[in-house]
Amino acid sequence: MARSRRKFIALSTGVTAVALSSCNKGGDEPSTSGANMRPYGDRAPQEKIQRTIRELTASPGTGSSRTPLQDIYGIITPSSLHYERHHSGVPAIDPATHSLLIHGLVDKPLAFTMDDIRRFPAVSRIIFLECGGNSVGEQSGKFPETVQGSHGLLSGTQWTGVPVSVVLREAGLKPEAKWMLAEGADACRMARSIPLDKALDPEVLLAYGQNGEALRPENGYPLRLIIPGWEGNTNVKWLRRLHLTAEPAMSSKETGYYTELRPDGKAEMFTFVMEARSVITRPSGGQKLTSHGFHEITGLAWTGRGKIRQVEVSVDNGKTWADAELQEPILPKALTAFRFPWRWDGEEAVIQCRCTDETGYLQPTREELIAVRGLNSGYHYNGLRPWRVKATGEVESA
Amino acid sequence: MRKLLLFVASVFGVPVLLSAQYNLGRQATPEQIQAANITVMTDGTGLPVGHGNAVAGEPVFKARCAVCHGPKGEGRKGEYPALVGGRGTLATPKPMKTVGSYWPYATTVWDHINRAMPFNTPHILPPNEVYAVTAFILHLNGIISRDEQLTEKTLPKVVMPNRNGFVIDTRPDIKARR
Repeated sequence: MARSRRKFIALSTGVTAVALSSCNKGGDEPSTSGANMRPYGDRAPQEKIQRTIRELTASPGTGSSRTPLQDIYGIITPSSLHYERHHSGVPAIDPATHSLLIHGLVDKPLAFTMDDIRRFPAVSRIIFLECGGNSVGEQSGKFPETVQGSHGLLSGTQWTGVPVSVVLREAGLKPEAKWMLAEGADACRMARSIPLDKALDPEVLLAYGQNGEALRPENGYPLRLIIPGWEGNTNVKWLRRLHLTAEPAMSSKETGYYTELRPDGKAEMFTFVMEARSVITRPSGGQKLTSHGFHEITGLAWTGRGKIRQVEVSVDNGKTWADAELQEPILPKALTAFRFPWRWDGEEAVIQCRCTDETGYLQPTREELIAVRGLNSGYHYNGLRPWRVKATGEVESA
Repeated sequence: MRKLLLFVASVFGVPVLLSAQYNLGRQATPEQIQAANITVMTDGTGLPVGHGNAVAGEPVFKARCAVCHGPKGEGRKGEYPALVGGRGTLATPKPMKTVGSYWPYATTVWDHINRAMPFNTPHILPPNEVYAVTAFILHLNGIISRDEQLTEKTLPKVVMPNRNGFVIDTRPDIKARR
Protein backbone atom coordinates (compact mmCIF):
# COMPACT_ATOMS: atom_id res chain seq x y z
CA MET A 1 0.00 0.00 0.00
CA ALA A 2 2.67 2.50 1.08
CA ARG A 3 4.96 1.42 -1.69
CA SER A 4 2.37 1.78 -4.46
CA ARG A 5 1.47 5.18 -3.12
CA ARG A 6 5.09 6.30 -3.24
CA LYS A 7 5.37 4.98 -6.79
CA PHE A 8 2.28 6.96 -7.71
CA ILE A 9 3.67 10.15 -6.16
CA ALA A 10 7.02 9.63 -7.88
CA LEU A 11 5.44 9.21 -11.27
CA SER A 12 3.03 12.07 -10.88
CA THR A 13 5.66 14.58 -9.75
CA GLY A 14 8.25 13.64 -12.35
CA VAL A 15 11.03 13.12 -9.78
CA THR A 16 12.97 9.88 -10.31
CA ALA A 17 11.50 6.98 -8.39
CA VAL A 18 14.92 5.92 -7.09
CA ALA A 19 15.72 9.25 -5.52
CA LEU A 20 12.34 9.72 -3.86
CA SER A 21 12.06 6.20 -2.55
CA SER A 22 15.49 6.35 -0.86
CA CYS A 23 14.48 9.64 0.68
CA ASN A 24 11.19 8.34 2.03
CA LYS A 25 12.35 4.92 3.13
CA GLY A 26 14.44 6.30 5.99
CA GLY A 27 17.13 3.62 5.98
CA ASP A 28 17.51 -0.09 5.41
CA GLU A 29 14.93 -1.13 8.02
CA PRO A 30 11.87 -3.02 6.81
CA SER A 31 9.24 -1.15 4.85
CA THR A 32 6.61 -3.81 5.21
CA SER A 33 4.48 -4.40 8.26
CA GLY A 34 6.21 -6.65 10.80
CA ALA A 35 5.28 -9.92 12.46
CA ASN A 36 2.12 -10.26 14.47
CA MET A 37 1.86 -10.25 18.25
CA ARG A 38 2.32 -13.54 20.05
CA PRO A 39 1.02 -14.76 23.38
CA TYR A 40 4.44 -15.83 24.70
CA GLY A 41 7.56 -14.09 23.47
CA ASP A 42 10.87 -15.49 22.39
CA ARG A 43 14.25 -13.93 21.73
CA ALA A 44 15.39 -12.76 18.30
CA PRO A 45 16.40 -15.64 16.03
CA GLN A 46 19.95 -14.25 15.81
CA GLU A 47 20.45 -14.55 19.59
CA LYS A 48 21.95 -17.93 20.38
CA ILE A 49 23.48 -17.82 23.88
CA GLN A 50 22.73 -20.94 25.84
CA ARG A 51 23.62 -23.11 28.81
CA THR A 52 26.32 -25.73 28.47
CA ILE A 53 25.29 -29.16 29.67
CA ARG A 54 27.44 -31.68 31.47
CA GLU A 55 26.10 -35.08 32.45
CA LEU A 56 27.80 -36.40 35.57
CA THR A 57 26.85 -40.03 35.07
CA ALA A 58 25.79 -42.12 32.13
CA SER A 59 22.20 -41.72 33.34
CA PRO A 60 20.54 -38.71 31.64
CA GLY A 61 19.37 -35.89 33.87
CA THR A 62 21.94 -36.09 36.60
CA GLY A 63 24.44 -33.34 36.13
CA SER A 64 24.56 -29.63 35.60
CA SER A 65 24.12 -26.91 33.04
CA ARG A 66 25.94 -23.61 33.23
CA THR A 67 24.83 -20.01 32.77
CA PRO A 68 26.66 -18.11 29.96
CA LEU A 69 27.87 -15.37 32.32
CA GLN A 70 30.03 -13.79 29.59
CA ASP A 71 26.91 -12.95 27.58
CA ILE A 72 24.51 -11.89 30.35
CA TYR A 73 23.66 -8.21 30.95
CA GLY A 74 22.98 -6.96 34.46
CA ILE A 75 22.21 -8.97 37.59
CA ILE A 76 19.14 -10.98 36.54
CA THR A 77 19.63 -14.28 34.75
CA PRO A 78 16.85 -15.03 32.26
CA SER A 79 14.94 -18.04 33.60
CA SER A 80 15.76 -20.00 30.43
CA LEU A 81 19.47 -19.59 31.22
CA HIS A 82 19.44 -20.21 34.98
CA TYR A 83 22.00 -22.85 35.90
CA GLU A 84 20.79 -26.35 36.68
CA ARG A 85 22.06 -29.06 38.99
CA HIS A 86 19.93 -32.17 39.22
CA HIS A 87 20.47 -35.37 41.11
CA SER A 88 17.72 -37.36 39.49
CA GLY A 89 16.51 -35.41 36.49
CA VAL A 90 13.65 -32.90 36.26
CA PRO A 91 10.41 -34.39 37.58
CA ALA A 92 7.06 -33.56 35.97
CA ILE A 93 4.88 -32.38 38.85
CA ASP A 94 1.23 -31.42 38.56
CA PRO A 95 0.68 -28.26 40.63
CA ALA A 96 -3.02 -29.12 40.92
CA THR A 97 -2.21 -32.20 43.00
CA HIS A 98 1.14 -31.20 44.52
CA SER A 99 1.14 -30.60 48.25
CA LEU A 100 3.62 -29.56 50.89
CA LEU A 101 3.55 -31.54 54.13
CA ILE A 102 4.81 -29.95 57.36
CA HIS A 103 5.16 -32.41 60.21
CA GLY A 104 7.35 -33.66 63.03
CA LEU A 105 7.92 -31.43 66.06
CA VAL A 106 4.92 -29.22 65.38
CA ASP A 107 1.66 -28.75 67.25
CA LYS A 108 -0.48 -29.40 64.20
CA PRO A 109 0.88 -31.17 61.11
CA LEU A 110 -0.43 -29.48 58.00
CA ALA A 111 -0.68 -30.13 54.28
CA PHE A 112 -0.77 -27.20 51.88
CA THR A 113 -1.91 -27.13 48.28
CA MET A 114 -0.26 -24.74 45.88
CA ASP A 115 -3.39 -22.60 46.09
CA ASP A 116 -2.94 -22.44 49.87
CA ILE A 117 0.72 -21.42 49.51
CA ARG A 118 -0.10 -18.65 47.05
CA ARG A 119 -2.76 -17.21 49.37
CA PHE A 120 -0.17 -16.20 51.96
CA PRO A 121 1.17 -12.64 51.77
CA ALA A 122 3.87 -12.74 49.09
CA VAL A 123 7.34 -11.24 49.10
CA SER A 124 9.92 -10.97 46.31
CA ARG A 125 13.68 -10.92 46.68
CA ILE A 126 16.50 -10.55 44.16
CA ILE A 127 19.33 -12.89 45.13
CA PHE A 128 22.14 -14.91 43.66
CA LEU A 129 22.12 -18.68 43.68
CA GLU A 130 25.41 -20.52 43.42
CA CYS A 131 26.09 -24.24 43.49
CA GLY A 132 28.35 -25.30 46.35
CA GLY A 133 30.39 -27.11 43.70
CA ASN A 134 30.89 -24.13 41.39
CA SER A 135 34.54 -24.10 40.22
CA VAL A 136 35.11 -27.36 42.09
CA GLY A 137 38.22 -28.17 40.05
CA GLU A 138 40.06 -24.85 40.39
CA GLN A 139 41.43 -25.61 43.83
CA SER A 140 43.24 -28.65 42.50
CA GLY A 141 44.41 -26.77 39.41
CA LYS A 142 41.87 -27.46 36.69
CA PHE A 143 41.00 -24.11 35.09
CA PRO A 144 38.22 -24.15 32.50
CA GLU A 145 38.88 -21.88 29.52
CA THR A 146 35.69 -19.79 29.80
CA VAL A 147 33.87 -18.05 32.64
CA GLN A 148 30.81 -20.14 31.78
CA GLY A 149 32.89 -23.23 32.42
CA SER A 150 34.56 -21.95 35.55
CA HIS A 151 31.79 -19.92 37.23
CA GLY A 152 28.58 -20.84 35.37
CA LEU A 153 26.85 -22.59 38.29
CA LEU A 154 25.80 -19.09 39.33
CA SER A 155 22.67 -17.12 38.49
CA GLY A 156 20.70 -14.11 39.71
CA THR A 157 16.92 -14.13 40.03
CA GLN A 158 13.95 -12.37 41.55
CA TRP A 159 12.15 -15.09 43.49
CA THR A 160 8.61 -14.68 44.83
CA GLY A 161 6.99 -16.66 47.61
CA VAL A 162 6.06 -16.72 51.26
CA PRO A 163 8.54 -16.71 54.15
CA VAL A 164 8.98 -20.21 55.56
CA SER A 165 8.60 -18.69 59.04
CA VAL A 166 5.06 -17.56 58.23
CA VAL A 167 4.02 -21.02 57.08
CA LEU A 168 5.72 -22.80 59.99
CA ARG A 169 3.81 -20.59 62.39
CA GLU A 170 0.58 -22.07 61.03
CA ALA A 171 1.71 -25.49 62.22
CA GLY A 172 3.17 -24.22 65.51
CA LEU A 173 6.71 -25.19 66.48
CA LYS A 174 7.47 -27.31 69.51
CA PRO A 175 10.39 -26.03 71.61
CA GLU A 176 12.45 -29.18 70.87
CA ALA A 177 12.42 -28.42 67.13
CA LYS A 178 15.93 -27.38 66.10
CA TRP A 179 16.26 -28.56 62.48
CA MET A 180 14.06 -28.67 59.41
CA LEU A 181 14.56 -31.42 56.84
CA ALA A 182 13.55 -30.14 53.40
CA GLU A 183 12.78 -32.83 50.84
CA GLY A 184 12.20 -32.65 47.11
CA ALA A 185 9.78 -34.65 45.00
CA ASP A 186 12.42 -35.61 42.46
CA ALA A 187 12.90 -39.37 42.14
CA CYS A 188 15.87 -39.35 44.57
CA ARG A 189 13.85 -37.33 47.14
CA MET A 190 16.84 -35.00 47.56
CA ALA A 191 16.89 -33.88 51.20
CA ARG A 192 18.85 -31.42 53.30
CA SER A 193 18.68 -30.53 57.00
CA ILE A 194 18.41 -26.80 57.64
CA PRO A 195 19.04 -25.31 61.12
CA LEU A 196 15.70 -23.98 62.34
CA ASP A 197 17.21 -20.63 63.31
CA LYS A 198 18.00 -20.11 59.63
CA ALA A 199 14.66 -21.43 58.42
CA LEU A 200 12.94 -18.82 60.60
CA ASP A 201 14.91 -15.97 59.04
CA PRO A 202 12.25 -13.90 57.20
CA GLU A 203 14.42 -13.86 54.06
CA VAL A 204 14.05 -17.64 53.63
CA LEU A 205 11.22 -18.34 51.20
CA LEU A 206 8.94 -21.02 49.90
CA ALA A 207 9.18 -19.75 46.34
CA TYR A 208 6.78 -20.32 43.46
CA GLY A 209 7.76 -17.32 41.32
CA GLN A 210 10.91 -16.83 39.23
CA ASN A 211 11.43 -13.54 37.42
CA GLY A 212 7.74 -12.76 37.32
CA GLU A 213 6.30 -16.11 36.30
CA ALA A 214 6.01 -19.57 37.79
CA LEU A 215 9.23 -21.45 38.52
CA ARG A 216 10.71 -23.24 35.54
CA PRO A 217 10.46 -27.05 35.84
CA GLU A 218 14.25 -27.30 36.08
CA ASN A 219 14.25 -24.74 38.88
CA GLY A 220 11.79 -26.55 41.11
CA TYR A 221 8.28 -26.14 39.69
CA PRO A 222 5.94 -25.66 41.39
CA LEU A 223 7.62 -24.97 44.77
CA ARG A 224 11.14 -24.69 46.11
CA LEU A 225 13.09 -23.49 49.07
CA ILE A 226 15.13 -20.30 48.68
CA ILE A 227 17.82 -19.60 51.29
CA PRO A 228 19.62 -16.42 50.23
CA GLY A 229 23.39 -16.71 50.38
CA TRP A 230 23.51 -20.45 51.08
CA GLU A 231 24.86 -23.12 48.76
CA GLY A 232 22.46 -24.02 45.97
CA ASN A 233 21.90 -27.57 47.17
CA THR A 234 20.13 -26.36 50.35
CA ASN A 235 17.60 -24.50 48.17
CA VAL A 236 15.65 -27.73 47.72
CA LYS A 237 13.59 -27.89 44.51
CA TRP A 238 10.20 -29.55 43.92
CA LEU A 239 9.61 -29.20 47.66
CA ARG A 240 7.21 -31.82 49.05
CA ARG A 241 7.97 -32.09 52.77
CA LEU A 242 9.32 -30.11 55.72
CA HIS A 243 10.11 -32.34 58.70
CA LEU A 244 10.82 -30.56 61.98
CA THR A 245 13.34 -32.52 64.02
CA ALA A 246 15.61 -32.15 67.05
CA GLU A 247 18.75 -33.27 65.19
CA PRO A 248 19.94 -33.15 61.58
CA ALA A 249 19.01 -36.29 59.62
CA MET A 250 22.57 -36.61 58.23
CA SER A 251 21.30 -37.24 54.71
CA SER A 252 23.74 -38.36 52.04
CA LYS A 253 23.92 -34.83 50.63
CA GLU A 254 25.10 -33.40 53.97
CA THR A 255 27.59 -36.17 54.80
CA GLY A 256 28.86 -38.08 51.76
CA TYR A 257 28.57 -34.98 49.55
CA TYR A 258 28.76 -31.19 50.05
CA THR A 259 31.29 -31.73 52.85
CA GLU A 260 34.85 -30.53 52.53
CA LEU A 261 38.02 -32.45 53.30
CA ARG A 262 40.71 -30.57 55.17
CA PRO A 263 44.43 -31.38 54.94
CA ASP A 264 44.22 -33.40 58.18
CA GLY A 265 41.61 -35.73 56.66
CA LYS A 266 38.72 -34.36 58.71
CA ALA A 267 35.84 -32.86 56.76
CA GLU A 268 33.84 -29.71 57.38
CA MET A 269 30.09 -30.23 57.28
CA PHE A 270 27.14 -27.80 57.16
CA THR A 271 29.33 -25.25 55.37
CA PHE A 272 26.29 -23.41 54.10
CA VAL A 273 27.37 -19.83 53.34
CA MET A 274 28.75 -18.92 49.92
CA GLU A 275 31.58 -16.52 50.74
CA ALA A 276 32.47 -13.34 48.86
CA ARG A 277 33.59 -13.82 45.30
CA SER A 278 33.95 -11.87 42.07
CA VAL A 279 34.94 -12.53 38.47
CA ILE A 280 35.49 -10.56 35.29
CA THR A 281 32.95 -11.71 32.72
CA ARG A 282 34.07 -9.43 29.85
CA PRO A 283 36.71 -9.76 28.53
CA SER A 284 37.03 -13.37 29.65
CA GLY A 285 38.38 -16.67 28.40
CA GLY A 286 37.40 -17.62 24.88
CA GLN A 287 36.66 -14.04 23.80
CA LYS A 288 38.83 -11.92 21.50
CA LEU A 289 39.55 -8.20 21.51
CA THR A 290 39.59 -7.09 17.89
CA SER A 291 41.09 -3.62 18.30
CA HIS A 292 43.29 -1.60 20.64
CA GLY A 293 41.84 1.24 22.66
CA PHE A 294 38.88 1.48 24.99
CA HIS A 295 37.37 -1.69 26.44
CA GLU A 296 35.13 -1.71 29.45
CA ILE A 297 35.99 -4.48 31.89
CA THR A 298 32.76 -5.76 33.43
CA GLY A 299 32.01 -8.47 35.91
CA LEU A 300 30.01 -9.70 38.86
CA ALA A 301 30.59 -9.80 42.62
CA TRP A 302 28.49 -11.54 45.26
CA THR A 303 28.56 -12.66 48.89
CA GLY A 304 26.35 -14.82 51.07
CA ARG A 305 27.04 -12.50 54.00
CA GLY A 306 25.24 -9.40 52.79
CA LYS A 307 26.28 -6.62 50.45
CA ILE A 308 29.37 -6.15 48.32
CA ARG A 309 31.29 -3.14 49.59
CA GLN A 310 34.16 -2.89 47.12
CA VAL A 311 35.52 -4.44 43.94
CA GLU A 312 39.09 -3.81 42.81
CA VAL A 313 40.54 -4.56 39.39
CA SER A 314 44.13 -5.18 38.36
CA VAL A 315 45.25 -5.06 34.73
CA ASP A 316 48.96 -5.66 35.44
CA ASN A 317 49.00 -9.20 36.79
CA GLY A 318 48.15 -8.14 40.32
CA LYS A 319 50.90 -5.53 40.79
CA THR A 320 48.47 -2.63 41.25
CA TRP A 321 44.75 -2.48 41.98
CA ALA A 322 42.13 0.22 41.49
CA ASP A 323 38.51 0.50 42.52
CA ALA A 324 35.87 -0.57 40.04
CA GLU A 325 32.56 1.26 39.88
CA LEU A 326 29.70 -0.69 41.43
CA GLN A 327 26.51 -0.63 39.42
CA GLU A 328 23.31 0.08 41.36
CA PRO A 329 21.35 -1.64 42.76
CA ILE A 330 23.71 -3.14 45.32
CA LEU A 331 21.45 -5.65 47.06
CA PRO A 332 22.26 -8.03 49.90
CA LYS A 333 23.06 -11.57 48.74
CA ALA A 334 22.45 -10.59 45.12
CA LEU A 335 24.77 -10.36 42.14
CA THR A 336 26.40 -6.93 42.02
CA ALA A 337 27.65 -5.74 38.63
CA PHE A 338 30.86 -3.72 38.36
CA ARG A 339 32.64 -1.87 35.59
CA PHE A 340 36.17 -0.63 35.03
CA PRO A 341 37.27 1.50 32.07
CA TRP A 342 40.39 0.13 30.38
CA ARG A 343 42.50 1.15 27.44
CA TRP A 344 44.20 -1.88 25.90
CA ASP A 345 47.56 -0.97 24.35
CA GLY A 346 47.89 -4.25 22.48
CA GLU A 347 50.44 -5.76 24.87
CA GLU A 348 49.79 -8.99 26.72
CA ALA A 349 47.95 -8.22 29.97
CA VAL A 350 46.67 -10.28 32.91
CA ILE A 351 43.41 -8.87 34.27
CA GLN A 352 41.61 -9.91 37.45
CA CYS A 353 39.33 -8.64 40.18
CA ARG A 354 38.81 -9.09 43.92
CA CYS A 355 35.96 -8.05 46.19
CA THR A 356 35.31 -7.15 49.80
CA ASP A 357 31.92 -7.63 51.43
CA GLU A 358 30.23 -5.59 54.13
CA THR A 359 31.66 -7.81 56.88
CA GLY A 360 35.17 -6.82 55.75
CA TYR A 361 35.84 -10.27 54.29
CA LEU A 362 38.26 -9.99 51.37
CA GLN A 363 38.09 -12.53 48.55
CA PRO A 364 41.19 -14.72 48.91
CA THR A 365 43.73 -15.72 46.31
CA ARG A 366 43.93 -19.38 45.33
CA GLU A 367 47.19 -19.61 47.27
CA GLU A 368 45.59 -18.21 50.43
CA LEU A 369 42.75 -20.72 50.11
CA ILE A 370 45.09 -23.64 49.62
CA ALA A 371 47.27 -22.56 52.54
CA VAL A 372 44.30 -23.08 54.87
CA ARG A 373 42.19 -25.73 53.13
CA GLY A 374 44.73 -27.76 51.18
CA LEU A 375 43.83 -29.21 47.81
CA ASN A 376 41.02 -31.61 48.68
CA SER A 377 38.10 -29.50 49.93
CA GLY A 378 36.75 -28.64 46.47
CA TYR A 379 33.38 -27.16 47.32
CA HIS A 380 32.96 -23.44 48.08
CA TYR A 381 36.07 -22.45 46.12
CA ASN A 382 36.10 -18.63 45.88
CA GLY A 383 39.63 -17.74 44.78
CA LEU A 384 40.59 -15.00 42.34
CA ARG A 385 40.26 -15.70 38.61
CA PRO A 386 42.82 -14.03 36.33
CA TRP A 387 42.45 -13.88 32.53
CA ARG A 388 45.32 -13.34 30.12
CA VAL A 389 44.69 -11.00 27.18
CA LYS A 390 47.27 -12.06 24.61
CA ALA A 391 48.87 -9.68 22.11
CA THR A 392 46.60 -11.25 19.49
CA GLY A 393 43.59 -10.09 21.50
CA GLU A 394 42.63 -13.64 22.40
CA VAL A 395 41.66 -14.09 26.04
CA GLU A 396 42.53 -17.25 27.94
CA SER A 397 42.72 -18.66 31.42
CA ALA A 398 45.81 -17.29 33.21
CA MET B 1 12.52 -14.04 65.81
CA ARG B 2 12.34 -17.28 67.75
CA LYS B 3 13.35 -15.50 70.91
CA LEU B 4 10.46 -13.14 70.42
CA LEU B 5 8.03 -15.99 69.87
CA LEU B 6 9.20 -17.80 72.99
CA PHE B 7 8.91 -14.62 75.00
CA VAL B 8 5.37 -14.05 73.87
CA ALA B 9 4.59 -17.69 74.49
CA SER B 10 5.66 -17.37 78.10
CA VAL B 11 3.25 -14.48 78.56
CA PHE B 12 0.20 -15.67 76.71
CA GLY B 13 0.73 -19.39 76.66
CA VAL B 14 1.80 -21.60 73.82
CA PRO B 15 -1.60 -22.57 72.41
CA VAL B 16 -2.63 -18.95 71.92
CA LEU B 17 0.64 -17.88 70.35
CA LEU B 18 1.07 -20.83 68.07
CA SER B 19 -2.49 -20.92 66.86
CA ALA B 20 -2.77 -20.47 63.11
CA GLN B 21 -2.79 -16.91 61.88
CA TYR B 22 -4.02 -17.33 58.35
CA ASN B 23 -5.83 -20.64 58.79
CA LEU B 24 -4.51 -21.97 55.54
CA GLY B 25 -3.74 -25.62 54.90
CA ARG B 26 -5.45 -28.71 56.20
CA GLN B 27 -4.51 -30.84 59.17
CA ALA B 28 -2.47 -33.79 57.94
CA THR B 29 -3.74 -37.20 59.00
CA PRO B 30 -1.43 -39.81 60.55
CA GLU B 31 -1.95 -41.96 57.44
CA GLN B 32 -0.97 -39.07 55.18
CA ILE B 33 2.19 -38.45 57.21
CA GLN B 34 3.12 -42.11 57.31
CA ALA B 35 2.74 -42.40 53.55
CA ALA B 36 4.98 -39.41 52.87
CA ASN B 37 7.53 -39.60 55.69
CA ILE B 38 10.71 -41.45 54.75
CA THR B 39 13.09 -39.61 57.10
CA VAL B 40 15.59 -41.86 58.87
CA MET B 41 17.48 -40.38 61.79
CA THR B 42 20.88 -41.56 63.02
CA ASP B 43 19.30 -43.07 66.14
CA GLY B 44 17.14 -45.26 63.92
CA THR B 45 13.94 -43.25 64.20
CA GLY B 46 12.01 -43.77 60.99
CA LEU B 47 13.50 -47.16 60.12
CA PRO B 48 10.80 -49.72 59.32
CA VAL B 49 10.80 -53.13 60.95
CA GLY B 50 12.89 -55.49 58.86
CA HIS B 51 16.11 -57.41 58.50
CA GLY B 52 18.73 -58.48 56.01
CA ASN B 53 22.33 -59.65 55.81
CA ALA B 54 25.06 -59.66 53.17
CA VAL B 55 24.16 -63.18 52.07
CA ALA B 56 20.67 -62.01 51.17
CA GLY B 57 21.99 -58.72 49.85
CA GLU B 58 24.47 -60.08 47.33
CA PRO B 59 21.93 -61.31 44.72
CA VAL B 60 19.88 -58.11 45.09
CA PHE B 61 23.01 -56.03 44.62
CA LYS B 62 24.03 -58.05 41.56
CA ALA B 63 20.56 -57.66 40.05
CA ARG B 64 19.91 -54.02 40.92
CA CYS B 65 23.15 -52.19 41.67
CA ALA B 66 26.11 -53.89 39.98
CA VAL B 67 25.23 -52.59 36.52
CA CYS B 68 26.47 -49.15 37.62
CA HIS B 69 28.52 -49.71 40.77
CA GLY B 70 30.22 -52.91 39.60
CA PRO B 71 29.87 -56.42 41.09
CA LYS B 72 32.21 -55.57 43.98
CA GLY B 73 31.03 -51.98 44.42
CA GLU B 74 34.12 -50.67 42.67
CA GLY B 75 32.16 -48.10 40.66
CA ARG B 76 32.91 -46.83 37.17
CA LYS B 77 35.43 -44.03 37.04
CA GLY B 78 33.93 -40.69 36.10
CA GLU B 79 30.41 -42.07 35.93
CA TYR B 80 29.28 -43.92 39.03
CA PRO B 81 30.79 -43.69 42.50
CA ALA B 82 32.73 -46.52 44.07
CA LEU B 83 31.11 -47.86 47.23
CA VAL B 84 34.15 -49.58 48.69
CA GLY B 85 37.77 -48.78 49.35
CA GLY B 86 39.58 -45.58 50.19
CA ARG B 87 40.26 -46.27 53.87
CA GLY B 88 43.31 -44.27 54.94
CA THR B 89 43.26 -41.97 51.89
CA LEU B 90 41.35 -38.97 53.24
CA ALA B 91 44.48 -37.03 54.26
CA THR B 92 46.43 -37.93 51.11
CA PRO B 93 46.70 -36.10 47.75
CA LYS B 94 44.26 -38.63 46.26
CA PRO B 95 41.42 -38.99 48.74
CA MET B 96 38.84 -41.63 47.86
CA LYS B 97 35.51 -40.83 49.48
CA THR B 98 33.29 -43.94 49.65
CA VAL B 99 30.61 -45.30 51.95
CA GLY B 100 33.37 -47.27 53.66
CA SER B 101 36.01 -44.58 53.95
CA TYR B 102 33.92 -41.45 54.37
CA TRP B 103 30.24 -41.81 55.28
CA PRO B 104 29.82 -41.34 59.03
CA TYR B 105 26.49 -43.12 59.63
CA ALA B 106 25.17 -46.52 58.51
CA THR B 107 21.63 -45.10 58.72
CA THR B 108 22.57 -42.70 55.91
CA VAL B 109 23.46 -45.65 53.68
CA TRP B 110 20.09 -47.24 54.33
CA ASP B 111 18.30 -43.92 53.82
CA HIS B 112 20.12 -43.15 50.58
CA ILE B 113 19.33 -46.56 49.08
CA ASN B 114 15.73 -46.30 50.24
CA ARG B 115 15.12 -42.79 48.87
CA ALA B 116 17.32 -42.70 45.78
CA MET B 117 18.35 -46.16 44.55
CA PRO B 118 18.36 -47.92 42.15
CA PHE B 119 18.99 -44.70 40.26
CA ASN B 120 16.56 -45.20 37.37
CA THR B 121 13.78 -46.82 39.41
CA PRO B 122 14.04 -45.81 43.06
CA HIS B 123 11.54 -46.94 45.74
CA ILE B 124 11.14 -50.46 44.36
CA LEU B 125 13.16 -52.26 47.03
CA PRO B 126 11.08 -53.51 49.99
CA PRO B 127 12.59 -52.76 53.44
CA ASN B 128 14.17 -56.20 53.84
CA GLU B 129 16.05 -55.78 50.56
CA VAL B 130 17.24 -52.32 51.62
CA TYR B 131 18.59 -53.85 54.84
CA ALA B 132 20.18 -56.66 52.85
CA VAL B 133 21.85 -54.40 50.27
CA THR B 134 23.07 -52.10 53.05
CA ALA B 135 24.53 -55.15 54.80
CA PHE B 136 26.22 -56.31 51.58
CA ILE B 137 27.86 -52.90 51.01
CA LEU B 138 29.00 -52.67 54.64
CA HIS B 139 30.34 -56.20 54.37
CA LEU B 140 32.27 -55.37 51.17
CA ASN B 141 33.91 -52.63 53.24
CA GLY B 142 34.81 -55.06 56.03
CA ILE B 143 32.58 -53.25 58.51
CA ILE B 144 30.26 -56.17 59.35
CA SER B 145 30.48 -59.92 58.84
CA ARG B 146 28.77 -61.75 56.01
CA ASP B 147 26.17 -63.26 58.32
CA GLU B 148 25.36 -60.25 60.49
CA GLN B 149 21.69 -59.36 60.31
CA LEU B 150 20.90 -55.68 60.11
CA THR B 151 17.57 -54.68 61.60
CA GLU B 152 15.91 -51.46 62.66
CA LYS B 153 17.53 -52.06 66.05
CA THR B 154 21.06 -53.05 65.01
CA LEU B 155 21.67 -50.76 62.01
CA PRO B 156 21.99 -47.55 64.08
CA LYS B 157 24.55 -49.30 66.30
CA VAL B 158 26.95 -50.01 63.44
CA VAL B 159 30.00 -47.78 63.95
CA MET B 160 31.29 -46.50 60.62
CA PRO B 161 35.07 -46.08 60.23
CA ASN B 162 34.83 -42.31 59.63
CA ARG B 163 32.26 -41.72 62.36
CA ASN B 164 34.42 -39.03 64.00
CA GLY B 165 35.76 -37.59 60.76
CA PHE B 166 33.59 -34.46 60.62
CA VAL B 167 33.67 -31.02 62.18
CA ILE B 168 30.95 -28.39 62.00
CA ASP B 169 31.56 -25.37 59.73
CA THR B 170 34.43 -23.19 60.96
CA ARG B 171 34.06 -20.50 58.29
CA PRO B 172 35.24 -17.85 57.75
CA ASP B 173 38.50 -19.77 57.89
CA ILE B 174 40.56 -17.49 55.64
CA LYS B 175 41.63 -14.05 56.78
CA ALA B 176 42.94 -12.43 53.61
CA ARG B 177 44.71 -9.08 53.97
CA ARG B 178 46.47 -6.82 51.50
